[in-house]
Amino acid sequence: MTAGQIAAGHAQSEVGGSRLTARKVLSSTLLYAVLVVLGLIFTLPLLWMVATSLKEQGQVFQVPPVWIPDPVRWDNYQEATRRAPLWLWLRNTATITVLATVGNIITASMVGFGFARLRFPGRDALFILLLSTMMLPPVVTLVPKFIMFRMVGWNDTFYPLIVPSFFGVNAFNIFLVRQYYLTIPLDLDEAARIDGASNWQIWLRILVPISAPVLVAVGIFSFVQHWNEFLDALIFLQSEQMKTLSLGLRAFINPNDASWHITMAASMWLILPMIAIFFLGQRHFIQGAAMSGITGR
Amino acid sequence: MSQSPSLVQPPATTSAAVAAPISSAGATSRKRGMNALARREAIDGFLFISPWLLGFVLFTAGPMLASFGLIFVDWDLLGDPKWGGMTNLQRLTTDRLVGLSLYNTAYYTLFSVPLRLILALGIAILLNAHVRGLAFWRTAFYLPAVVPAVANVILWMWMFNPTMGLFNMVLTTIGLPPLRWAWDPNLSKPSLILMSTWTIGNVVIIFLAGLQSVPRSLYEAAQIDGGGSWAQFRHVTLPLISPVVMFNLVMGIIFSFQIFTNAFLMTQGGPANTTLFTVLYLYQVAFEQFRIGYASAIAWVLFMVILVFTLVQWKLADHWVYYEGKR
Repeated sequence: MTAGQIAAGHAQSEVGGSRLTARKVLSSTLLYAVLVVLGLIFTLPLLWMVATSLKEQGQVFQVPPVWIPDPVRWDNYQEATRRAPLWLWLRNTATITVLATVGNIITASMVGFGFARLRFPGRDALFILLLSTMMLPPVVTLVPKFIMFRMVGWNDTFYPLIVPSFFGVNAFNIFLVRQYYLTIPLDLDEAARIDGASNWQIWLRILVPISAPVLVAVGIFSFVQHWNEFLDALIFLQSEQMKTLSLGLRAFINPNDASWHITMAASMWLILPMIAIFFLGQRHFIQGAAMSGITGR
Repeated sequence: MSQSPSLVQPPATTSAAVAAPISSAGATSRKRGMNALARREAIDGFLFISPWLLGFVLFTAGPMLASFGLIFVDWDLLGDPKWGGMTNLQRLTTDRLVGLSLYNTAYYTLFSVPLRLILALGIAILLNAHVRGLAFWRTAFYLPAVVPAVANVILWMWMFNPTMGLFNMVLTTIGLPPLRWAWDPNLSKPSLILMSTWTIGNVVIIFLAGLQSVPRSLYEAAQIDGGGSWAQFRHVTLPLISPVVMFNLVMGIIFSFQIFTNAFLMTQGGPANTTLFTVLYLYQVAFEQFRIGYASAIAWVLFMVILVFTLVQWKLADHWVYYEGKR
């Protein structure tokens, strides 16, 4: 079955005919078979991870693999907190992530409004500059940023991981919001302007309330990004009580240690909040990801 | 979805003109009024984008300039920076590890990016075939992409584990010899490439959105013209989603050139430097050996490589990317 056949599957079925119907049944059986196999490959590792986090040590390496732990060892999770300050690291990660996300949403919306709704000299050139920073590998600025934040005494604080978000460092967020604002009719602004509203009021009272989808998408993107952030945390945070989960979990990475069930339990501190947010805002995740594709258009 | 081909939209209809005082009698005063409004709008415009402007100077342009300047400096972060002249640049040409790390990174990118794109497009095409329970399948394929990088490394270290990993369990069950995966010099890069194919959820969704925007009527027209399935895919689907392919390709390459976390945590660049990628080497030089100047030189080499790759892709795009509305 070629890709084209499936892509055109629905068009073919309309032609009708019994030979075609037989072919359609065959191709749809194949389609679901391939989907099931691929779906299992994509989901099983994660399920296995969850299962292992609840196993007794003896079951971890049992062949054939045990899928449903018996007995279920919730104690693994407690054991993980005894080995490392996971709750503290969770709080650190949450603090950084929430503040950085707030920063990203505010700046993206504000700067996006400036680029989409207001005219000023050099706007288009500046916008191209902004777009070009999207292509810039953050690694180039890693060393100078480290030196700069160290000079202002921000080493081993959360500031280097939060403050840049309030200054639109993620150009992609701004771009998304601007594109969204461009789809909203300018009449709204003009009507408000005639009523005497300032640009700030137009932004806050009119555009922000009706741009929830794109702001939620930006929020989700930056939440995921900061929750997963590793390299910046690695170079800016050193002391044990300042670590994020991503950074702290390194302590559990030891290929020679056989207590994988505890390592998996500890990983859940990092994974579960992400999964929970994913299932809560699934629609927005998918919409946001799809929205990011408009950049290509 | 089909916006103008250039990313920059034409200037919005002037709002100042509409709001300008119509009552003012003389042409001069009307002009002055418009100017005041336009000036007002311009000031607000700069105020609105000021967070980004400031951030650009502080966190992008400034550090970039500093990074360039640091190339000519010898500094270990502790003592005083010393003028190093061209030594860091000369060192680039004699340091075997720079070339090796670039080779490793290019190798990884060359296989990982196309593999990820093809797999993601394949899955998106399957999902676009009007499958039942689309939401369920989408979730299944997207889920790995929400697993944080460090947790992902832990998971894969365990699956790759030479003594008791999942992959070797499967291999031995079907009577094949176990492998050392990421810790075998010949398999280390392929292992990391394999690992990279698991987190393609975002790419799948972007492709799916692109596929869904292809008008059905085009397939029907192609069919009337006697176009087979492959012809339809080749001449209808592919051209129409080519901007999305381009987007995923450019972003994929930029992203892939910066591979760090997986190698840093899993193999630390080994075995035998086979997974020493450029960012990993840069990290070692800067934050383990404290050679700030030399690290900056490596950063600029990587930057240049990524820039060249991106520009070449933009140039090549003219030949294969089809933008609706562009003649």
